[in-house]
Amino acid sequence: MSSPVLLAEHLSKRFDNGVLAVDDVSLTVHPGETVGIVGESGCGKSTTGKLILRLLETDSGYVAFDGQNLATHSGQSLRDIRGKLQLVPQNPQTSLNPRLSITEAIAFNLRTHGWAKRDIAPRAASLLDMVGVPASYAHRYPHELSGGQLQRVAIARALSTDPKLIVCDEAVSALDKSVQAQVLNLLVELQNELGIAYLFISHDLGVVEHLSHRVLVMYLGRIVEESTAADLWQNPSHPYTVALFSSVPGPGRERIVLSGELPSPANPPSGCGFRTRCPIAIDDCAAARPAPVTVSVSDHHQAACIRVEERVPVTAAMGVHA
Amino acid sequence: MTTATHTPLPTDVRRSSRLDTEGSPTSAATPSPAEGTLVVEDLHVTFRAKHRSVEAVRGISFTVTAGKTLVLLGESGSGKSVSARSILRLYSSAVEVTGRATLGGVELFGLPEREMQPLRGQAIALVPQDASGTLDPLRRIGSQITEVLRRHSVVSSRREARQRAEELLAQVGIADPRRAARSYPHELSGGMRQRALIAIAIACSPKVLIADEPTTALDVTIQAQILELFASLQDSLGMGLLLVTHDVGVARQIAHRVAVMYAGLLVEEGTGAAVLDHPAHPYTAGLLRAVPTHDTPRGFLHAIPGKPPAAGETVADACAFAPRCAFAVDRCRTQQPELVLVGSEHQAACPVVDGEVPPAADTTATGREAP
Amino acid sequence: MSAIEIPIGLMSPAGDGLPAGEVISRTRRHIPLTVIIPGSFLGLLILAAIFAPLVAPDGPTAGSIADRLQGVGSPGHLLGTDGQGRDILSRLIWGARPSLLEGIVPVAIAGTIGTVLGMVASLGGRRLHTLIMRTLDVFYSFPAVLLAIALAAALGAGVVSDIVALSIVLIAPIARVAETEVSRLRSSDFMEAAKASGAGWPSIAGRQVLPNIAPTLLVYCTALIGLAIVFAGGLSFLGLGIAPPQAEWGSMLNDLNQDLYNAPVLTLIPALMIFVTSIAFNILGDGLRDLLDTHSETVQ
Repeated sequence: MSSPVLLAEHLSKRFDNGVLAVDDVSLTVHPGETVGIVGESGCGKSTTGKLILRLLETDSGYVAFDGQNLATHSGQSLRDIRGKLQLVPQNPQTSLNPRLSITEAIAFNLRTHGWAKRDIAPRAASLLDMVGVPASYAHRYPHELSGGQLQRVAIARALSTDPKLIVCDEAVSALDKSVQAQVLNLLVELQNELGIAYLFISHDLGVVEHLSHRVLVMYLGRIVEESTAADLWQNPSHPYTVALFSSVPGPGRERIVLSGELPSPANPPSGCGFRTRCPIAIDDCAAARPAPVTVSVSDHHQAACIRVEERVPVTAAMGVHA
Repeated sequence: MTTATHTPLPTDVRRSSRLDTEGSPTSAATPSPAEGTLVVEDLHVTFRAKHRSVEAVRGISFTVTAGKTLVLLGESGSGKSVSARSILRLYSSAVEVTGRATLGGVELFGLPEREMQPLRGQAIALVPQDASGTLDPLRRIGSQITEVLRRHSVVSSRREARQRAEELLAQVGIADPRRAARSYPHELSGGMRQRALIAIAIACSPKVLIADEPTTALDVTIQAQILELFASLQDSLGMGLLLVTHDVGVARQIAHRVAVMYAGLLVEEGTGAAVLDHPAHPYTAGLLRAVPTHDTPRGFLHAIPGKPPAAGETVADACAFAPRCAFAVDRCRTQQPELVLVGSEHQAACPVVDGEVPPAADTTATGREAP
Repeated sequence: MSAIEIPIGLMSPAGDGLPAGEVISRTRRHIPLTVIIPGSFLGLLILAAIFAPLVAPDGPTAGSIADRLQGVGSPGHLLGTDGQGRDILSRLIWGARPSLLEGIVPVAIAGTIGTVLGMVASLGGRRLHTLIMRTLDVFYSFPAVLLAIALAAALGAGVVSDIVALSIVLIAPIARVAETEVSRLRSSDFMEAAKASGAGWPSIAGRQVLPNIAPTLLVYCTALIGLAIVFAGGLSFLGLGIAPPQAEWGSMLNDLNQDLYNAPVLTLIPALMIFVTSIAFNILGDGLRDLLDTHSETVQ
């Protein structure tokens, strides 16, 4: 297997208000691969993205991009790394500077990375063409574009420095479904053409399943389960993953409606963070933080639950009739 | 209302499929003036601004049958929220609402404001999307509920009001209603706030509940709880529910009937099963296929090319969807199609596709070649 | 493109149509009367000041004691004469030079320094933020008028020292507004994207932040010019301004004040001039806000 483009080990982040947003998260992204992070609001998925981009400093662990530890770089060498590690933010309305035309937005990125003035305009034009924004829009301002077009420009801006990895933080969540599908297709097409890897952070399970090769499920700052997308949806093993997947609205499905709400991340439960809402929790769950248990070797499928090996069917535990 | 929701068990598991095909009058047929049935006919909503006016809703009709759920499905700018909210007459004079809306035979649009006011909350209530922007941040939840109860004289004493408020909070599945009643909005989670809003909305036992994207801001596990709550409240209170959403999955789960909006018009209407499983309008079909499923090949989502027109960008004498439609023929661009029956409980506004839209007729566009 | 240029025209209805916010984008931009009226008054005033030798009927110091305290409308002296027989209209026009200068220049200087300080404080890390903002708080703790008088007195009388004193006084409020505006932007997605792309904060400040805060600061500074003119008038009223016999609105007020009981109407003239000019800058600021701020109007 090729060496990973991104290796994040034991990242943790506690904010000033005491919230432990990310708690010992490790992940690996290989070239040309899409790794999805799913979870509900407050699970720490966006913070994980920011730690990886070094928009926030991690409390522990490190991020190695292309074999280089980000924390040890600064100045020009950090800038060079950042050119290869880009971001497509969530909200199309704010991901572009309202006072810069879309060409200027892309030009800013190019100028940062030392492009010569005369090369900038043609490069910006070809990037806009690559993401399907008509050339006539080049000098328009963000408020004149629709949400889908704005996200295309944000993608073009991220592409401008030939990145190896793009962190997409809820990059399509704000778009209408019919437009979202276009942008998702575009992301896949660009990946196939350019070999970019994506770290795709989203709460939308359907979108993550569709786009990702591997998926991490986060709950209360921790990764509770990870596997290949196909395997995870076929064989979810952590009770939270099972409940999360079953919550997706649709007809005639066995639905596990979790009682209660997310515990406060400032004061998480002892042991397993999910045990307060878990239908199959036992006393031992409170004792210690559950270590990842391998569910399937070939898919590198791991679930952080002490009852995984018992294979307690979560739904049967709650008396669901199939 | 089952006691199970009063005090939630660790998990509350139920099968829910509401895609029944049982008969309820279509809006095309003559609506029965049954108590609690909301009939909306030829609704137009126009926003008047200084320099131009925009017709956000361009003449739609629908019926919310007592005890049933009608889902108004559409994307942003389709006019779905505006349609629902205009029924409550909450807009100022800058917004012109025409058409007819009758609830149990009472014509709402003709009523003077003095008579309309008590109907809001008592006959029709609204559950808005954004709980944080709707609840008063400086007042306890309990007092916000008792205010509604006392305003509508549902209760006779302060004590009774307080008691009723706690009952309502229990009814919407809040585990510790006494404590919730004493809480300020910011002390509750998003799901709890949404429950509190629903408690306020059902305080006066409305005949029709209008819910405007009530779960959009919520996480998926909380959304599942709230959708369950709507279903069980409807069973116990017999209200009609008009639910506005952009989420096909939500519609699938909760709708008895579905009305699909595009560019201020209804393009398709029928039972949930008919519309969502056998769409007869290319837009509905495209919308359904744009959502990834387990077997969609990666990168081959059925996207609809282009983007929805903004309100006011549409041409009167054409099908608004024609520029994005794979089936469009010349007359689509010269004539606005009418809703016609395509099944016993199913109507669609597409004269080209007769019956169910054939699969894979739309493209897997990435938008790179589209203008 | 200049920092404060605002995209006008070409505005397609904002893409996603008419969502819950009911925002309808404007198709045409009207220049409000609150810009046109004070703008043309101030434009004429500035032209008059520049071309004072051509416009003014007389020199600023010309006059004979025999003509002293002529009333308004007397022949040859439209606005009368002062205690030394000098034509008041001429002195108003000549006096507009230092008066406007002392209003506009300090705001321009303080605007530049304050904007830079505000941006550095907001973007340059926690320690710089504390250092800059707490230092500004020290300036804030003095009443602005007293601070201006103290500084001007310490620097000695004269236009330059007035300008320096007023600049120092105005830095703190401008820096604070700039800091607030930048902090509002700091967590927005495009700032994170710029930072994640590797851009250093000076370049983010100049190219991403400045275009966003410039309109607000321009509006604020325009209104501050009005305040600066009043302050400058106050300083020269106290004798800290331009050296006599040169004309300046504040010192004219002082001169005429001595004849307040003989010719009360005349005393009002320079006071009114200071007042009207100051108000004109304030209204212009409000008007500019309307012109620059709203991309859309909301139907409620």
